[in-house]
Formats: sequence, C-alpha cells, structure tokens
Amino acid sequence: MHEGLKRFKPGFLDHHDQSSGMYKSLFNFRLLWKQSIATTLAVVLLPLLTLAVVDYNISKEAMESELLLRTSRLVSNTRRTLTSYFDERKFALNFVTLDNTYDQLLDEQRLKQLLENLKSGLGVWFDLGVIDHTGIQRNYAGPYPLQGMDYSGQDWYQKLSYSDTDSYHETISMRSNISDVFLGFRNTPHIVISVLHSNPYGLDWLHYVLRASLDIDRLNNILSQMEVSGNGDAFLINHQGIIQTPSRFYGDILKKFPLDVPPVSDRTQVVEGHDRQGRAILIGYAYITGTPFILMVIKQKDNLMETWEVAGVKLLLFLAGSVLAIVAVVVGICTYLVNSIYQADQKRLASLHQVEYANKMASIGRLSAGVAHEINNPLAIINEKAGLIKDLFTFRQEYASDHRLLGLVDSIIGSVDRCATITRQLLNFARNIQLNVQKLSLKRVVDDVLEFQTKEAGYRSIAIDVDIPPEIPEFFSDRGKLQQVFINLVNNAFAAMQDGGRLAIASRLSSDGTHLITTVSDTGSGIPAENIKKIFEPFFTTKSGSGGTGLGLSITYGLVKEIGGSIDIESVVGKGTTFIITLPLEYHADKGETHARTVG
Amino acid sequence: MRVLLVDDEKELVATLAERLEMRGIDATWVTDYRAALAAVEKEAFDIALLDVRMPEMNGLELKRLIEVRRPTMKFIFLTGHGSEEDFKACSAESGRDYYLIKPLQIEVLMAKLNEIAHA
Repeated sequence: MHEGLKRFKPGFLDHHDQSSGMYKSLFNFRLLWKQSIATTLAVVLLPLLTLAVVDYNISKEAMESELLLRTSRLVSNTRRTLTSYFDERKFALNFVTLDNTYDQLLDEQRLKQLLENLKSGLGVWFDLGVIDHTGIQRNYAGPYPLQGMDYSGQDWYQKLSYSDTDSYHETISMRSNISDVFLGFRNTPHIVISVLHSNPYGLDWLHYVLRASLDIDRLNNILSQMEVSGNGDAFLINHQGIIQTPSRFYGDILKKFPLDVPPVSDRTQVVEGHDRQGRAILIGYAYITGTPFILMVIKQKDNLMETWEVAGVKLLLFLAGSVLAIVAVVVGICTYLVNSIYQADQKRLASLHQVEYANKMASIGRLSAGVAHEINNPLAIINEKAGLIKDLFTFRQEYASDHRLLGLVDSIIGSVDRCATITRQLLNFARNIQLNVQKLSLKRVVDDVLEFQTKEAGYRSIAIDVDIPPEIPEFFSDRGKLQQVFINLVNNAFAAMQDGGRLAIASRLSSDGTHLITTVSDTGSGIPAENIKKIFEPFFTTKSGSGGTGLGLSITYGLVKEIGGSIDIESVVGKGTTFIITLPLEYHADKGETHARTVG
Repeated sequence: MRVLLVDDEKELVATLAERLEMRGIDATWVTDYRAALAAVEKEAFDIALLDVRMPEMNGLELKRLIEVRRPTMKFIFLTGHGSEEDFKACSAESGRDYYLIKPLQIEVLMAKLNEIAHA
C-alpha cells in the first residue's frame, strides 16, 4: 500500500491478537467490521434496490400498456373511417341500381351522366359498367373500349352471382363485392366495386351487376394523414398478404407483405412481434368487414420507448450514484466506529497492563521490605561478630601481624556493608514518605543535581548539555524526590556511557501546556528491546559484578509516579538511551501514585 | 563512661558490649525492657543505646520510662529499618540526631558516644 494511504488505514485491520486470558481483545475487529458493513448495507440497499426494480417493471408495463391502448384506439378509429369510405361507395352504387331501371342503365348517355354525377359527389371514379346475368358487359361509360367484355369466368363475378352469403356480403338485400387492388388495363392501382341488382321476382335473367372502378388515392390520403408515432407505418394488405396501399418500410404496393398475415379477428387487435431485422414492433390490425382488406398499423417499439428509456437511464445513474454514496458512507461510518471501539479496547488493555505492573511493583515492594527487615538483623550480628574478631586480633596483638586473617575479616565486614546498602535501598524503595510539594524551578533542580556530578563528568570527559528554555514556568512538585529522580537518571547515564560521551537534559511544555516533558539522553550502550520492558523492575540490572543493585531505576519509577508523573524510555542499542519524564505543572494529591506508600 | 545496651537480639548486643569494653567503655547489656528498667534502678548510666523495634515495649517508650528515673541520661537509638518515621521519631525523642542504622560501624558509634559524653 502507498505510504500516504497507510496513515488512513485503521489500526484494527492489521491487528493480530496474541494475548490470551484477561488481556485478550473483547472483539474480533475485522469480523465485526465486515459484519457491520454487510448488515447495514443489506438493510439499506435491499429495500432500495427492490423498490427500484419493482418501480422499473411497473412503469415499463404501464408505458407498454399505454402504447398498446393508443395503438388500438388509432387502429379502430381508422378502421371506422375506412369502413364508412367503402360503405359510402357501395351504397352510392346501390342507390344507382334502385333509382334506375335496367333499361335506363343500358342507355349510353344515361350511364355517362351517372358516372359524372358520381365523380362530382364521391371523388375519382374511372368508369361504370352494367353486366347482365350472363356476365357480358352490356353498357360501359369510361375511357376504355370494354363494351361486350365477358366477365362470367371471373372469380368475383361468380362469387357475387352464385353464393348467397359470404364474408364479403353485408346484407342479403345488397350483394356487393370489393376487389383487391390491381393495375388492370389502366396500369394504375385501383379497386373495383360491384353491386348485384337482384330481381324482385327471382328471375335470374333480370339480375344484373353494376360495376365501377375507383382510384385508391383517397384511400392513400386517409392512411397517410394518420399520425403514427414511433416511426410508424399504416397501410392495407389483403387476406393473401399482398400490400394494397403504399407502405414506408414493408415493401411496395402489390408486393408480398414480409411478415405473417395476422389471424382473423372481428375486433381491433394489437400484438407485439419482431420485424425481419429482429427489432421489437407493435402490430395493430383490423379486418375491415365487407372488404378483402386488413388495416395494418406497425410501430417501432424501441422508438416509442426511447423517451422512457432515457429517463430510465437517468434514474439508473442516480440510483448507482446513491448506492455508491451509501456504500461510501456506510463503510466510512463502520470503519470509524469499529476503529473507535478498537482504540478503546487497546486503551483498556494498556490500562490492565499498567494496573498489573503497578500491582507487581507493589508486591515486590512489600516483599522487599519484609526481606530487607528480616535480613538486616542477622547482618547486624555478622557485622558485630566479624568486628569482634577483628577487635580481638588487633587489641590482643595475637594475630595483629597476620594480615591474611585481618584481610579475611575486612572482606566479611565489607560484604556485610554491601548487603546493608542493598537492604537500605530496598527499604527506601518500599518506604512511605510524605510528599513535600512546593513551587519549583526545573532549571534550579537540575543545576543542583549536576553540581555534584560535574567533577565526575570532568574526569571522564563527558559533555553535559542542559536545554531548559527560560519560558518553562515554575511548577509544583516535591524537590527532594525530583532531585532523586535526576540523580538516579544521571548516574544511570554515566554508568551506561564510555568516557567522552554526552549527556543531554532538555525540557519543553506539552502541546496542551499542562505538562512538562523533560528528556535525559545519553550516548551510551543503549538497551536491547527485550530488556526495556523489565528496566523499571527491582533487581533488574545489567551491571554484573560492578555493585549495581538493580534498584536505581525502579526507585526512580516509583518516585516519578509518586509526584504524579510518568516515565518512558526510548533506546537504540549502540546509540544511546533517552528517558522521558512527563510531570504535571499543577500537583493534584489524588493523582500521585499511592502504591509506594502502602507498602512501607 | 557507662553505657547500657538494650536490644532483643542477644547475639548482637552481647558482642557489641564486648567490643565497647575493649575500647574502654563500661558496657552493660540486657535483652528486654524489664531487665533494662532493673539495670537503671541499680546503676546510673551515662548513655543508653536502645533498639527502636523490640517486642512488648519499643525503644521510644522505654526511653520515657527510663527518663522518669534517670532524667539526665542520654539516649542513642538503633534502628534496623531506617524509615523516615523512625528517623523523625528518634530525632524528636532524643532531641538531636542520635540514631544509628544497623548494621552499625563501631567507629561511628564511638564517635557518637564521645560526642554525647563531651556535649
């Protein structure tokens, strides 16, 4: 991980609990972290995502059904228009058969007059013909020489003449037929409407058919005027799937419609399907009754859903943004909370360790005092007995010249003296001393202590630097104990250094200005990491055979605690050691360590 | 100079007495307060060396009893503990810093005795 990022990495992620028992962490922090993130995210995101999905589906369905409904309405309106268009023309022809006798219709002038009347009333009619019961065209008004044409073999004529009812017939009383669109002689798309005039007496030879051909322009107009949204297309096909009016996308007139012909239905239908390119389309269709036509309205679904999809994408982006923000906030908060718990737990463990250490020191103090006291009396006896032996030798002159014997006795007395020094220090360590708190200048205290040491420092060429800035205020503490602390630390530093070392004492205020931080550094041999933990324990010494009792630093520790301070150590083997003493500027009686007082 | 030594540790007090005798001091030793009181009743001592911590009666209390009978007697306290209270109590009781810490050095004791004798 990048160095800069490491600073933001919470401590618990790298935490490996190696302790056990009472010093074990209460929680598995990584698991706690993962669980809290997972639970919170699940609780927050599941409902949000569910709502989003449900809402997406509902709005999509609503949009689609709205599209279907609109298409359906368009198709059925157009169907009505087309139906009435065809009906108007059929009824007009029927009116002609009812208003004229067969003989009148066979009159060439009369038929021309009727064609003109129809043209002026109902748009473009090409021609008008009268066909007798044998299928021969008896009279014809129009641009082509079709007089005498035989239609008897044609499909539409047979259907009209011989069948009673079929899907083309609207009523029994009016048999009519509307043809598919075809080019015919004129080579323009047109349709033919035929109406059968039935003889009221049932005489076949009096039946005749009035036949008219019509331009499909009007039909095209009706369809092209429709406003079909979604890149839509509206046109007619016949029952065989031949395109009858121009289409924008599905082929030319009289070509085969590329898709399947929709199934027969009495009502307007809208179905979904796919075009030949595989795009989704909506197909609205209606069979136009009495004609061979099917009205087709085809819309591109993608095109229709486009606006909805744009809005959908925006909402999706918003959802993704929200989810990201939620994840970031949840991870942030969980990390912060778990880290807070972790730090509190670490503090708890540190306090437990401190309490244990203080108890240990107190127990050792009690034990030391007891041992010292018990040993002191026998020591005094040894001292006196050895002294008596020496007295006997010297006063009675018997062995006064035996220096070896006297040397042995002196050695005993010397050893007793060493033991006595140890027991005295032990008792010092454990004894109960009243605090004498007064206003002090740190500089004065340090100077007093160094006054005793300058001689030794001079002999050993040890440089002493004191950096106590004048702005360090006077503070409240116990002069004697503080002096003792500095004496011990300075002695310790001297013992650790070779000749020519450097001792530095520096002081500064803590960042909140309530404590005084003083460092005593030497350029001595340093303390290995495994010894640092034990450095304040009584009898811990590395000065083997040189008279160290191992009590100096433990007494120092006790003294600093008694005056309400704390002492820390930093050491690099081969470089030197720094003791850091933190003292309160104001002494509060309740903050001083009391364990040393209770063990005396 | 006649000195009374009082300490519950017989080995200590007897040896110390013998060493003082060798240095020309008339030393008498006892190991409890009854014997001590009986001794001061019988003889007038110049100085008493009292152990502070003794069973039944401590050195400070014994000093007050002896003073009733021998108001001019001087006292040196011996303490094995060396605690601040002991020092303070001894100083208060003896009026001066007449207390010594066991194990003691005979030269220091002799110096103290001479100092008191010539005071």
